[in-house]
Parts: sequence; C-alpha cells; structure tokens
Amino acid sequence: MEAAAHAASQTDAEPRTYLNHETSLWEWLTTKDHKKIGIMYLISLAVVFLVAGLLAMAVRLELMSPDFSIMSASQYNQTFTMHGIMMVFLFIVPSIPAILGNFVLPLQIGAKDVAFPRLNLASWYVYIAGGALTVTALLVGELSTGWTFYTPYSSQQGTAVIFMTGAIFVSGFASIFTGLNFIVTIHKMRAPGMTWNRLPLFVWGLYATSIVQVLATPVVGITMLLLILEQTLQIGIFDPALGGDPILFQHFFWFYSHPAVYIMILPAFGILSELIATFSRQRIFGYRAIALSSVAIAMLGFLVWGHHMFVSGQSAISSIVFSLITYLIGIPSGIKIFNWIATMYKGSVWLQTPMLYALSFLFLFTIGGLTGIMVGVLGVDVHLHDTYFVVGHFHYVMMGGSVIALLGGMHYWWPKITGRMYNETLGKIAAGLVFVGFNVTFFTQLVLGSQGMPRRYYEYVDRFAELHMISTIGSFILASGLFLVLGYALHSLFYGKKAPQNPWAAATLEWTNVAAIPDPHNFTSTPLVTRGPYDFHKADEVFGGSGDGQARGDGAGSDASRLAPPEAAPSAPKEDASA
Amino acid sequence: MNDSGTFWLPEAASTVAAEVDGLFYFVYWASAIIFVGVVAAMIYLAYKYRRRDPNDRPEPVEESRLLEISWIVVPTILVLLVFTWGFQTFVTLQTAPPNAYQIQGQAYSYGWNFEYPEGAQTTDELYLPADRPVQVRLSSREGDVLHSFYLPQFRVKQDVLPNRYTSVWFEATEPGTYELFCTEYCGVGHSQMLGEVNVLPADEFDEWVAEAGINEDELSLVELGELQYQRNGCQGCHSLDGSAMAGPTFQGLYASERAFADASSVEADENYLRESIIEPDAKVVEGYGSGIMPSFAHLSERDVTALVEFIKEQQ
Amino acid sequence: MSTETAPATTESVETEHDHHPPHLQHHFVSSEQQFDSAKLGMWLFLITEILLFSALFVAYAVYRNWNPMAFAEASSTLDWVLGSVNTIVLLTSSLTVALSIHFIQKNDKQKTVISLLSTLVLAGGFLVIKYFEYMAKFEHGIYPGEAFAPTGSGYEYLAAIPYVPQFFSIYFVMTGIHGVHVVIGMGLIGWMAWRAHRGDFSDEWYTPVELTGLYWHIVDIIWIFLFPLLYLV
Repeated sequence: MEAAAHAASQTDAEPRTYLNHETSLWEWLTTKDHKKIGIMYLISLAVVFLVAGLLAMAVRLELMSPDFSIMSASQYNQTFTMHGIMMVFLFIVPSIPAILGNFVLPLQIGAKDVAFPRLNLASWYVYIAGGALTVTALLVGELSTGWTFYTPYSSQQGTAVIFMTGAIFVSGFASIFTGLNFIVTIHKMRAPGMTWNRLPLFVWGLYATSIVQVLATPVVGITMLLLILEQTLQIGIFDPALGGDPILFQHFFWFYSHPAVYIMILPAFGILSELIATFSRQRIFGYRAIALSSVAIAMLGFLVWGHHMFVSGQSAISSIVFSLITYLIGIPSGIKIFNWIATMYKGSVWLQTPMLYALSFLFLFTIGGLTGIMVGVLGVDVHLHDTYFVVGHFHYVMMGGSVIALLGGMHYWWPKITGRMYNETLGKIAAGLVFVGFNVTFFTQLVLGSQGMPRRYYEYVDRFAELHMISTIGSFILASGLFLVLGYALHSLFYGKKAPQNPWAAATLEWTNVAAIPDPHNFTSTPLVTRGPYDFHKADEVFGGSGDGQARGDGAGSDASRLAPPEAAPSAPKEDASA
Repeated sequence: MNDSGTFWLPEAASTVAAEVDGLFYFVYWASAIIFVGVVAAMIYLAYKYRRRDPNDRPEPVEESRLLEISWIVVPTILVLLVFTWGFQTFVTLQTAPPNAYQIQGQAYSYGWNFEYPEGAQTTDELYLPADRPVQVRLSSREGDVLHSFYLPQFRVKQDVLPNRYTSVWFEATEPGTYELFCTEYCGVGHSQMLGEVNVLPADEFDEWVAEAGINEDELSLVELGELQYQRNGCQGCHSLDGSAMAGPTFQGLYASERAFADASSVEADENYLRESIIEPDAKVVEGYGSGIMPSFAHLSERDVTALVEFIKEQQ
Repeated sequence: MSTETAPATTESVETEHDHHPPHLQHHFVSSEQQFDSAKLGMWLFLITEILLFSALFVAYAVYRNWNPMAFAEASSTLDWVLGSVNTIVLLTSSLTVALSIHFIQKNDKQKTVISLLSTLVLAGGFLVIKYFEYMAKFEHGIYPGEAFAPTGSGYEYLAAIPYVPQFFSIYFVMTGIHGVHVVIGMGLIGWMAWRAHRGDFSDEWYTPVELTGLYWHIVDIIWIFLFPLLYLV
C-alpha cells in the first residue's frame, strides 16, 4: 500500500503537504500539528516583536538629545516598561522554543509529532490569553513598574499591575506546557537509532531549556500570584509599609528571571550548532562538550540569581558566593564559543545569510559574555549596576545572542517552513544592517553606562548627549535591517523561488528525510538513524548520492524532484513487509 | 566638574575608585585580548576554509582532547583570578573604617536629605570633607519606594530601602563638584532625582558644617518656608519657575483662580494653600492626578504657615 | 523498540488506524510508548507543583526565622485537632485512590468506581472541615492581609504582636492554594469515576486513572508538609 501512496502522490499535481492539508481557519485553530502550531506562534510572536520593537524606537527617539522630547516622563516610563515586559515575557522567552522548537524538534528526532499535541495547542491558547490580559492591563490603567516589578513601587501602582502580573502568571503556563512537552518528546519519541549521542544539538539545547522552563517558571508564577494578593488583600509579604520585605521579592523574582536568561539563550546555542555545522560541512567540534555544557548551564543557572542584587542590601557573604558561581557558569559558555570556531577548521565554509547571522552571533555573544564577566566582578559591579552598561550587556546577550540566532534559524528553516527561498542578496544586506546597527546602538550604551549613565532615565545630564545621539542613530539602522527582513520574508511567501528539499545540504533528518514542504505526518516512513547528525562524510544522500548535484547545497534543485519523497535516506525496517 | 575621565570611565575622585578602575581595566584588557583572538580566528577560518566548490566534502576532523582541556583550564584560572581580585575590592567597599565621619541620608520621591552630626541639614546637596573617610547611613522615607545612592566619580552605589538602614562609605580625594544619581527606578521623577556632591578641603568643610547648623527659630517665616520646601521635597513636583512637573508650579499660584477636575473653581487664598498641604486630595487641579501627593499634616503649625508664606512670595 | 507495534512505517492514514487500539493516538508507535510518555509528563507536572509551593515554604521559613515568637503565638490559635482529623481524612483518600488503581488492574469496574467515589467523599469531607476552620477564624476577625482585626477572647492579644498578620496571610494563601488543588482533584476524580462507570478503562488501559492518582498523592503530600509547619511547630 505504500507503493500505492507513492503512485498517488506522483499522479497528483500537488502532493499532500501540511500547508495544503486542512487549510480552513477552523482547522488551523484546532490543529494538533506541531508545525502549524509553530506557525501560529510565529505570527503571534512577530506581532509582539513588532509592537515591542516600535516601543524601543520610541524610547530611543525620546533619548536622542536632552532637549528633544516626544512624550512625558510618565509616558516614557510606561513605554520602557511595556518594551521590557513584552520583549522578555511575551517574546524572547517563548520565541525559539515555541516557533522553531515546535516546528523542528519532532522533525529532527524523527517523530510524527510532539508527545502531547493537545497540550501543545493549549499552550498557544494560554499564551494568547496572556496576551489578552496584557492588552487589558494597558486598557485599565497606567503600567510603569519596569519589567522587574520591584516592590514596594509595584504594590503602590494601580490595577494595571494586577492584570499584567496575571498575564505573566498565565503565559508562564504556556512556557511550562512547552517545556514539559519537549522533555517527554525527547525522552520517548525518538526514531529508531536516534541515540542521545546522535541528537542534533538544537535538540540538546531545547532539552536543557525545557528543564529550566519546567523548574523555574512555577516560582515566577507564585511570585506574581503573591504580588496580586499583595495588591488586593495587602498580605504584607513584599511591601515594607505592611511589614513585608522587598528584598525577598527580588530573590523570588530573580530566582526565575535569571534562569529565564538561559531559557532565552540555550535554544539559541542549539541553533548556532546547527548553522555552524551545516555551513561548514564539518562535524561539530566537541559535540559532547557542547551538549553537556548546555545542561550544566541549565543547572548552574539556578544558583546565580543573587548576582542581580550585589548592591540591594543582601549580605556580603551571599554576594560573594553568587559571584563565584556566576564565574563558573561563564566557563561552559566560553567552551561553546571555542568549539564553534574550531568547527570551521578544515571545513567548507559557505557564507549564506544564516551563516552570516551565526558569525554575527559569535561576535556579539562574545561581547555579551565578556561584559557579563565584567558585571560579575563584585567590586566593578557596584559601579556598573543599574547603569546603561547593564542595559548594553543584556541586549548583547538577549538580542545579539537570542534574537540574532532566531533570525539565523528563521532563514535556515524558512525553506522547510514555507517551501520558498528568500532573496539571498537582500538577506545578506539585512544581516549587515542588523549587525552594524546593533553594534552602533548598544556598544555606545556600554560606554554610556561605564561613564555612569543610570538606566530608566527620562532626562540625562549633558555629558551623555553625544553617545545617546549615536545610539539612537544606530537603532534606526537596526530597525531598517529588521524591516528589510520582514519585507523580503513576506515577498518570498508569494514570489519566492520554490525551495528544494535540502537547499543547504544539511545532514539532519528534517532536511534528509522530509519532503520540501513536510507531509502532515512529517515522514513518509519512520526514519532509521545510522549516523550522527553532522557526519557529512557518511551522509551520501546529502550530496545526491552519485553527485548529480540536485541537493549539493547551492539553493537550486530541479522542481520535479522537490516534492518527491526522499529515496536515498535510510528507513526503518518495514514490518508489514517482513510480516 | 573637570573632564579628566577616560573613554570608558569618568573621573576618579575617591580612594576606592583607583582600585575599582585598576580592576576594570584588567578585566577590560583581558577581555579585549580574548575578543580579538576569537574574532580573528573566526575571520581567518571562515576565509581560509571558504567553500570553493558546491561539492566540497571535507574530511572529518578528530577532536583534540588537549585543546579542549586547555580552553577549559585557562579561562577557569583567569576568572578565578578576577573573582579573587573583585572579592577583595568588594570587601574594601563593604568595610567602613571605624573612624569614618557619619552622615545620615534620607531618600524620598524625588530627592535626598542629608543630616550632619553638627546639626546641619542639606537637600540634594551633599557636602564632604576631602581626605577623610565618610560613611553615609541611608534609608528611604516611611512608605516610600526603593532608591539607590550612586556617586559615579566615587564608584560607589547602594540601594536605599524603607524601614531599613543600609550604608556606604568612601573617601573623597579631590575637592570639587561631583554627581549624585538615583539608580533604582522610582517613578516619574526618577531622572530628576539628582544631587550635587561638593567636596571641600577639610578645613573649609569644618567651617561650613559649623555655620550650616541652622537655628530654625531665628529664621523668618519665608526663610523657614524655603527650608521646608526643600526638606520636604516639594521641589520634586512643584517648580518655582513656572515649568510643569508632576504638580502645579508655585509661581503665581497665590491669588490665582484654580479650576478643578469637577469643573468647580476657587481662588487660591491662604486657606486653600493650607488645605492643599494638609489634605492634598480635597481639591485637585484639573490635569493633575489625585493620590500622588502625600499629606503633610505632620508638619508643625509654624512650618505650615511658613510654607504658605513662602508660596505667597512666588509671584 | 518493541516488536508488537502497530505499523509505524506506513503513512497511509486509512490503514493505520485499523491496527490501533482505540485509545492509541496516531503519533505514538505503541501503547507502551504512550503510557510512558503520559507518566513522564505527569511527573514533570508534579515537579512544577512542588516548586510552586516551595516558594511559599521559603516565604514561611524566612518570616518564621525572623519572628519565631509571633509565629508560635499565631500558630497556637489554629485547631490542631481539626488539622489532625483532616490529615487522616486525606491519607485515607490517598489509600482509596490507590485501591481504585488496584481494582482497575483486576478489571473490577464496580469496585473501581466505589473507591473513586469514596475518595471523592473524603475529599469533600476535608473541604467541609477546612470550611469550619476558616469560619472560626473569620468570626474573630482573622483575615488575610489588611482586613486582619482580631476580636474576642483568645484572639485579641494577637493584634498587639507584630508579624502575626504575616503568619495568617501565609496560612490562608498556602491552605487556600492547597484547597484549590483539592477542588481540581475532586473534579478529576469525579470525571474518572464517571468514565470508569461508562467502561472506558480496563486492565489494558487505565492511564488517566493512574495519572489522577499521582496528582492526588501530591496534593496529599503537600498537606503532610503544611500540617506540621502551620499547626504544630
């Protein structure tokens, strides 16, 4: 009967793909297909990113010069608060796992879906409910707490805080659902032969991320709940006016929010490994070190939250311990950087757009990591804490790391997701604009901060004026790059060249064993994995077997072959055949 | 303030600043070397092994155990070195000499009050003796929010909490004027919560502090009003020059017609001013929010009268 | 991979479902895989539950450490007899839920339903006792947070002790959230009883009952920690 299915797919003009199968709006909204849920997340998150990004532009515009103003102090405070909350809780935390993790993870491990497809869909609805609560918060009043919600300031604010903390509580469940789903999927749903040592590193990254999501998110949930009770019932846990302790809030908050940084960066590490390996056509250097250091980071990440509080009034001893552990966590991150660079050695480096983003990441994340060491130094952090240096540092990590990796990953998997190629030239131009704009914006902020410019300032003294102007100019370059990406992405949806099955000549299952646009059930036959994810020397199918050039990694490929089920890839022994 | 800072750091004006800067630049240069190395290796490898043919099929590279161990061990030694150094500086920052001169600091939204042992009080201005260790004991006003006391030229910072004391110490080295910033976000006036640090030579400071111990009873009502205006932080929200802040300006306030949110209006006489100080939300001028200004009912009768007289003077 | 699986290698949907037991979802290869996945997922969920409460335990520990006297005084006003009775009630309900799994493994539908229903009754009993405990406190003005205004003999003196309100805030928040978990558990158990009655389960497949049982055990275990900390220590 398999042969019959093949015959059917060859006679049909347009074979069944997940995009032309069950296409009504209702079918999309009730889909249990991980790929469609990934796309639903993509659209929702793109909207959040756009709004939060425009808020950032408003902040930069306001700060352009000391004399120039487009809004009042109160509006400014609300603007940066919403920028922070939306970017952290509603965009970066879910971004890579929810979009690319959802789409790619089952494909990479050879599964038909995640372990709990209904829970997966529920997570999207919970996320949307969180978004709805956010909008409610904006409608009921002013929200100007900053994304950190420090008490007692936040407990003295109006009802908007209740809705916003409610939104974070609710969207936290989306995060837990995703994490839980991925852990079970990775443990239980791997294809035959897909041992732990053959897992693509993106899967390892997601696995480490999921552990953090599952373990850390409940704590922020209960913290937000306590904050709500503090506001409604005045229970006096965090507000000193009621006998509570504001430092306890900071401990609770950072117990989640520091590991949250690893929720944001670990999947980015995963993407990096995929990009570097594929575009260097070389086995990843130190596979085991990269995989295990992700898990090590996830674990150590729970023990460093106090480094946000060196000047808060916590005891000196705890500061010292937190500082020491902070350094230990820097080392596994460093190891990864060295391993990625070593992967290019004796490889065949192909500078396509995704690889440009990967190299950008190495550049930017190294700065992010080294400035992290700087703010982790106890004596120096006292000077740098709560200045623009910290702002610059976490943008280098969050945006220069996470978002750049997401962009690289989106370009890399775009052909698989949409079945279309984007415009390579425009892609390279946009990657350049983003890289230059990013550095102009945020490197100046590092200097501003070490010069003493405090964060969250509506006005500033004149000696900072020049650098603020440069930073604002940089933000416009950055924004133009991002809008260019949006432009050619939309264009490619309709007019892009149709993508071949494996345009990058990658060796992981989603490229080798899945049609150009995946089937609703992913694989036409369960794959049997016989080699590591980056063993290009064993991956004959990547090179089109005899080298006929059809998938040799030049973005080309004959149109006739693009939707045909892959033949060269090994499949699991067929039981009905043997029976 | 003279402009003797470097590209990265502002001028250094305390004893601990030199130590912090030394550490900063050590980490900075170590980081710069690592960064340049990483980027150079990246560019070199990306160029040297660039793809020459779509069918390139490089041989797999065997991992080098030695290389991997070395890039684990070397950074570990480096960060432990930096940690130890940073830890020592931190201990210096945390441990005030026992003979330090004590100043009480109180933060409020949005300003700073300082009280000296000799009885002098200042607002948004901190006077310090040069070459003498000083400890500032900080707290935030009852019911107020978190603030943070930051002297960039001194490289010290400390969060300020309500209902609790924290403290910070330093020793100024150069007479001059320096900046005081609030670095813990505290609301609409956060970026206006600035102060000025005046470091005086030790003998000048002693002179100043002896003179500045003011006897309130000898002040005229208007002078006392001005003092109360500063002490209670009125200037955080009410300007004297007509500029709009969180509250209405005091300029030309007296005897003007006040329009309220409920469309009523009244002439601002002495009783109106008094009521607005003691019960701010009784009448709220249109365009301003209620619940923002706290009540100042705790002020003495003479202080309130003095404030009213002071406001009357602002024409 | 097990060998008695449904055909995993074919993708033609119509035939695929012929081989599947009705409860097996299409993306799993075998019942065993599906069961293992569900169980692992449930354990992970239970870990998040424990972490949710752990933050509250930390808050309790911190405040108790700072104000041991206030916490001792406030704690002494809680009725440890009712607390003990409730502990026994919950422990018994854990036993009955375990029995329901035992009976479904033996394919004894009737006894399964009976054990589930008795669990439901015991959980209801727990809530009724908790209701009387809350009411006894509310009568004397013991509310969480700002409304805290103790009246009546045996309580009035609490007003003079600082940080007693914190104890009751934590008490009400912890027992309240625990109570919400009990209510959710009752809903799940009731649903399981109905499905068991309808004949959804057999010794071949009883995953939902098992998972509900796990959930109920964790609700029970959390109470085992709450009871001594709040009532006894």
